[in-house]
Amino acid sequence: MNQIQLLADAVSLGSIYALVALGIGLIFGVMRMINFAHGDLIMLGAYALVLPTAADFAPPLIGAWPAVAMIAAIIAIVAFAALLTERFAFRPLRRREVDGATLLISSFAISYLLQSIVLFVHTGRPKSVSIFPALMRQVELAGIRISLVDVVTVAATALLLLALGVFLRRARPGLEVRAAAEDFIMARLLGVKADRVIALAFALSGGLAGVVSLLYVSKTGVLDFQMGVPLAVAGFVGTVVGGMGSLLGAVLGGFALGVASTLLQALLPEALQPSRDAFLYGLVILVLFFRPQGLFAPRAMGERI
Amino acid sequence: MLLEVDDLEIRYGRVPAVRDVSFSVGEGEIVCFVGPNGAGKSTTMLAVAGVLHPAKGAIRFDARPLDGNAIETIVANGIALVPEGRRIFGRMSVRENLAVASGLRGGLGRTGGALDRVLELFPILRERYQSPAGFLSGGEQQQLAIARALLTQPRLLVVDEPSLGLAPKYVELVFETFSRIRSEGVTLLIVEQSVRRALKFADRVYFLRSGRIVLEGSASTLAERTDLEHIYFGEESRP
Repeated sequence: MNQIQLLADAVSLGSIYALVALGIGLIFGVMRMINFAHGDLIMLGAYALVLPTAADFAPPLIGAWPAVAMIAAIIAIVAFAALLTERFAFRPLRRREVDGATLLISSFAISYLLQSIVLFVHTGRPKSVSIFPALMRQVELAGIRISLVDVVTVAATALLLLALGVFLRRARPGLEVRAAAEDFIMARLLGVKADRVIALAFALSGGLAGVVSLLYVSKTGVLDFQMGVPLAVAGFVGTVVGGMGSLLGAVLGGFALGVASTLLQALLPEALQPSRDAFLYGLVILVLFFRPQGLFAPRAMGERI
Repeated sequence: MLLEVDDLEIRYGRVPAVRDVSFSVGEGEIVCFVGPNGAGKSTTMLAVAGVLHPAKGAIRFDARPLDGNAIETIVANGIALVPEGRRIFGRMSVRENLAVASGLRGGLGRTGGALDRVLELFPILRERYQSPAGFLSGGEQQQLAIARALLTQPRLLVVDEPSLGLAPKYVELVFETFSRIRSEGVTLLIVEQSVRRALKFADRVYFLRSGRIVLEGSASTLAERTDLEHIYFGEESRP
């Protein structure tokens, strides 16, 4: 295999994992909750591209719209779905001041609920869909041939991270998200509205999930009602490796995991390739053994009263 | 009375941390809570700010009951708490810390002079305006914590152990500032470990021990008593 293409694959998967980890990290930051349903929101965004049908072939619906409309619609749909989960599942629990474990379990429930809805509508058979077919060709960058979809994935990720960074640094609601992530109770004691800042975190997280839906489907072209699960696991592991409670850590952790995963796949001897994930997660355990707080963790996390 | 608390009981799980606590703070007063560690002072303050919910009792602010209100609603109504340990946002700059607090009134640019007054009270914050708050000294962080609370423009400022871990020169500075804050029309409720300091700066003082109020009175009356140390530490002092 072309080594440059391997690197492109690694960076591209790293980018996708970074976006997933960031989406999980944003919600963990303000709520100290791990949202396992994040992967299923990505799945929902992918299925939103096609007509809801039990038939084997689902013709593209939103997936046939012009690019800008399609991107906006998918992001909006997934962000809206994320807000619904917050409003009707997590907020009532939060009001009762349940602990993080209860929230985690309820996110599992949402995860299964979303999968079951899609299973009911679309059946469990994987379906194919093609969006942005133009991205499937190879391009030549500085004399090197790589897939355009990888270039677009990396560029889109970089752009999104930059935009989010500016939003968190410069905009008033971004300031409130950062304050809430650092010390939620203290932010509230200074007048930051808990419901609003958490809803914003869910909307941002959902928006990121929508982008991942688009990038992932552009590359794979496959819809599967369980496609979100490995993504959520990767994103979650990414945030842990990066250091829970740090958004930059989540991004870097997710990225490192994606790169390591691709490189292991290519570099392991053929006989060992089926056990790639064993090596990958062995590596994760090793990292956490030496740095249990994660690679890029902030100082001690504030105790929450 | 600006703040009235009746028969307050707060539990951690099944264990009551505070029981039968009743007290009041009048408009324009400086009221101090003193007592040893674990007496329930911080617990009481967290309940006033809405962070902890009473198992029993009533808290009224400006004659309206507070129970069930969200923390941010209570702040908007005019009670600001500077909690124990200051809890500044260490990864954000001094300016950003202040900006978070000014959101309630429309942002740093629209505090109607409140920002200037706060920076006048604590000039060091103007000097360190763009520094990460985590790099400030303990005393500077305490000033930032109080400044931040003032920017919510409270009628009642509750400060939990402002002198904890501070160099003596800062303790004096912080308590001098409380007198100036009061002169601007803000009522103060302060938790303090030092009886001497409480009697010096407060109008009235409550002694809290093992979750109950064991003594209360005006600072001038209490200053004449000789058994305060016994009451504070809990040896049987009454004949």
